Amino acid sequence: MKRAPIRCDVAVIGAGPAGLAAAVEAANEGAQNVLLLERDDHLGGILQQCIHSGFGLHLFGEDLTGPEYAERFIDRLSSTPVRPMLHTMVVELRPDRSILAVSRRGGLQEILPSAVVLAMGCRERTRGAIAVPGSRPAGVMSAGQAQRFINIEGILPGREIVVLGSGDIGMIMARRLHLEGCMVRAVVEAGSCIGGLSRNLVQCIQDFGIPLYLSHTVSEIHGQSRVEGVHVAPIASDGTLERGRAFRLDCDTLLLSVGLIPENELSRQAGIVLDRPTGGPAVDQRFQTSIPGIFAAGNVVQVFDLVDHVSACGTAAGAAAARYAMGKRAQVRESAVCAGAGVRSLTPQRVAGNEGMVPFFLRARAQTRKAKVRLIDGGDAVIQEWRFPIVRPPEMIRVEVDAGNLPQNGAYSFQITGESS
Amino acid sequence: MAEKTDLLIIGAGAVGTALARELSRLSLRILVVDRLHDVGGDASKSNSAIIHTGFDAPPGTLESRLVTQANPMYDRLAADLDIPFRRVGAILVALSEEEEAELPHILEKALANGVPDVERLEAAAIRGMEPAVNPAVRCGLLVPRESIIDPFLLVVAQAEVAASNGVEFSTGREVTGLQRHPGGFLVATSRGDIEASFVVNAAGMFTDRLSAQLGIKDFTVHPRRGQFHVLDRAAPVGVQRIILPVPTKTTKGRLLAPTVHGNWIMGPTAEELEDRTTHGTTQEGLAEVVRDVRRLVPGADPSWAITQYDGLRPVRTPDGYHLRSFPGIPGYLELSGIRSTGVTASVAVARYASDLLQQMGLPQAARTGPVTRRKGISCFREAEPAARAALVEGDPLYASVICRCETVTEAEILQAIRRTPGARDVDGIKRRVRAGLGRCQGGFCGSRIPAILARELGCTLHEVSKKGPGSEILNGGTKSQRRAAS
Repeated sequence: MKRAPIRCDVAVIGAGPAGLAAAVEAANEGAQNVLLLERDDHLGGILQQCIHSGFGLHLFGEDLTGPEYAERFIDRLSSTPVRPMLHTMVVELRPDRSILAVSRRGGLQEILPSAVVLAMGCRERTRGAIAVPGSRPAGVMSAGQAQRFINIEGILPGREIVVLGSGDIGMIMARRLHLEGCMVRAVVEAGSCIGGLSRNLVQCIQDFGIPLYLSHTVSEIHGQSRVEGVHVAPIASDGTLERGRAFRLDCDTLLLSVGLIPENELSRQAGIVLDRPTGGPAVDQRFQTSIPGIFAAGNVVQVFDLVDHVSACGTAAGAAAARYAMGKRAQVRESAVCAGAGVRSLTPQRVAGNEGMVPFFLRARAQTRKAKVRLIDGGDAVIQEWRFPIVRPPEMIRVEVDAGNLPQNGAYSFQITGESS
Repeated sequence: MAEKTDLLIIGAGAVGTALARELSRLSLRILVVDRLHDVGGDASKSNSAIIHTGFDAPPGTLESRLVTQANPMYDRLAADLDIPFRRVGAILVALSEEEEAELPHILEKALANGVPDVERLEAAAIRGMEPAVNPAVRCGLLVPRESIIDPFLLVVAQAEVAASNGVEFSTGREVTGLQRHPGGFLVATSRGDIEASFVVNAAGMFTDRLSAQLGIKDFTVHPRRGQFHVLDRAAPVGVQRIILPVPTKTTKGRLLAPTVHGNWIMGPTAEELEDRTTHGTTQEGLAEVVRDVRRLVPGADPSWAITQYDGLRPVRTPDGYHLRSFPGIPGYLELSGIRSTGVTASVAVARYASDLLQQMGLPQAARTGPVTRRKGISCFREAEPAARAALVEGDPLYASVICRCETVTEAEILQAIRRTPGARDVDGIKRRVRAGLGRCQGGFCGSRIPAILARELGCTLHEVSKKGPGSEILNGGTKSQRRAAS
C-alpha cells in the first residue's frame, strides 16, 4: 500500500545516543516536525544492552549504566513534539534527501524532510574481514552480539570463552561472562597494547585475573559443529605469525572484538563523500556532510570512545539540521583540516565560517608520551599547540580551536609528536 | 519395521537432487537421504559457483560429454527454477610466454570438446573488455558461455520441485549399512532402516564407502580442498567476467569471478587431504589465493573480504565420471567420480542416470500433472519500487527488514522455513535468502533469526542451531534466568 509522502523539517535516522540527542536538540532549536526513525523496537540503540556503568561521567558528572543514560535522553524527548517511529527501517536515502522507509505497520513510506541527520551508529568488524583461518562452527560471534544475547535475551553464548581483540566491548564481555560463571580463557590482542580504554583494562581484565595475550592472535579455529578450541600464536615484531610457538586453548566460544566500522550504507547510497581514515562522512563543525541539508552525528561519523562525545555531536548536528530546515542557511567559505603526521583520523574535516569554538576529535596513530598536538597551516606555521602526558589510539583527543584562527579557504593539518612507547 | 520406498537416493547434493527432480515425473515413491542436516550437499554448495562449458575437460570422456551437454540446458533450467543465472563469460589471461604457448592447445581441446565458440583475444582487446586485468597481459582466450549461478539455490530449487511431486527428503540421516535384500536393498541409517527396490549412490565423497558395502572396491575417493575469499559487493574489483589463469599441468589455478549476488569470489586452492569431513581454511591457503588472483587482477584486494570458505571436492582414483550399474547387483546405480565439474554436469548426469535406471527396469508409469517449475522466494531488495509495494501489500512482513546488509525481510525468512524442504537452522536461512551473508555477517540479524526459527519450529532458543544438532548457537541461561527458572 503506497501512502502519501510524509513531509517534515528534520528526519533523524537511528535512535541511539546520537539520534536521540539530535532529535531533542532539533526540536529545542525550533523545528516543529521532527521524525526519529528507528529500526528496532526501542529507543536508545545499543545503550540498552550496555548494562555496565561508565556512561555520563562527562555530560552528567554521574556514573550511569547504558539504559540509565539512554533514559535521560528519552525523558527529554518525551517533552518535545518529536515523533519516534519504531520498527522502521530506512532502505533508501537519495541525494535530494528523500527517504524510503519500511515498517510492518506503515508498509512503504516516502519521507520528504527538509534536513536529515544520519545517526546509524557503527557495526562490528567480522571474522571474515580479518580472515581468521580455520573451521566455521557455531560459537564464533561478535562481542556485541553476545552482549545482546546475554543482557537482552538472558542467554549465554557458551561456557568456555576466548575473546579475540581487546576493544571495549570485548573486555566488558570478558568480565560479564566471568561474572556469569563462565571460564574466560583469554583475551587475545594482535596489537602491542589494548584496543580499548585503559579503565576497562583495569576494571574488566586485571581485576578479574583474566589472562591477556598482547601481540598474539588466533591462528586457527577448531571444531566442525561447535567451536572446540583455538590456536593462539605470537606475532613477531615484523608482523609475521610465529606458528612454532602457537598453543591451543580449549573453548566452546570465540568472541570477536576487533574493531568498529561506521555504518554508512545509506550515506554511500546517497553519494555522500566519505573520509577514508574515519570511514564516515566528511563533515564540518556543524556535522554537515558533503550534501547540504544532510548532517551526520556520532559513531556514523567516526567511532568515538565515549558516549558523552556521541551525544554532544548529536546535539550540535540536531541544532544545525533544525536551522537548515528553517531556512537559516548562510553561505560560508570553508577551510579543510586533515590528519598529518602521527594522526590516524580526525573530525571535523572542514570548518565552515570563522565564528565560534570548534571542537576537534583526533585519534593518535600510536601510543605517545609527552605528546605535542599541533595545528599547523599550509606553510607549516604552528597555529596552536596542546600538550598531553600520554596519548593512546583508543582514547580520543579533544581540542578546541577558535574558528577565527582558521582563515577561510586555508588548508590545515594536525600533527602529533612525542616519545613513542 | 523398515521404511519402504521404491527408490532411494543417497546424497542430496547437486546430483542427487537433480536426479530426484528428473525422476519425480514418475509415479514412484522416492526418498532422498543425506548425512547433513539440509539439502545442498557438501561439495555442491562450496565451490566456484560456475557453470562450465567443458572447454578444458579431458576430451573424449564421459565427463566432457556430460558437461558440454549440460551447459546449454541452464537457460531453460534457471527459468524453470526461477534462480539467478548469468552468462557472463570467462577470459583466460596469459601473462607469460609459457602461458601464451599453451593457448593453441587449449583452443584445440575446446574444439575437441565441442565448444567451438572459444576465441583468441589480443592484449588490447582484453584491456578494453576488462580494464582491471593486469596490464602485463599478453593475450588470452574468451569463453563466452562460461556462466555463474547460485549453486545452493540450484539444489534447493530442484529439491522443492521434487518435493512438490511427492519426493521425500530425510536429512541429518547417515547411511550406516547397505546390503542386498529380497526385492532390493536393506539400508541401515542413523534414523532407522529403509527397504528400497532401487538405490542410487550419489554420495559424492562417500561413494566408495557405499559401493564397498556391496563388494565394489575398485576405487577410492579423497578430498581435494579449495579455499576461497568472498569480497564485498562494494569492493572496487571492476571485472565483468570470470577471470581465469592459464591452467598448468598441476592445477587449473586460482580464479576471480563475480557472483550472481554482486559479490566476488577468489579461489580455490587445490590441496590433497585425507579427512573427508573436516572443513577449514588456512592462512597459507588464503594467502596463496590472494597472491595468484592479484597476478591476474591487481585490484582484487582482500581487505574487502567479508568471509572465507572451503570446499572439499571428491577426487576419485582412478579418475573420471563413473555412472554405472552392475549386472550382479540389480537395482544399484553408482554415480561416482563426479568432481569439481559436478554442479555443471548434474542436470545431464540426472538424465543419463534416469536412462540407466529405465534400462535397469525402473517402472516408468508417469505421475499425473507433475510439477516442473518452481517460483523462487520474491526478494525485496531486488524488486523494483512498484513490485516492492505489491510485495508489502501482499504480506506486511515484507516491510519488516531482518538482515539490513542484504535487506532480507521477515516474509522471505518465513518462506525459507515454511517451504519443503525448508530451512531448519541459521545456515539454511542464509543459503536460501542470504540473510546474514552480507558485510556484517550476521552481526545484526544473528540474534533475530534464531528467535524467528525458534518461534516457527516451536523450539527454544537454545535448540536453534547453525547447521543442525551439535551446532547449537547458545548455551544456557544467565544466572538471573536460571534463578527465575528454579
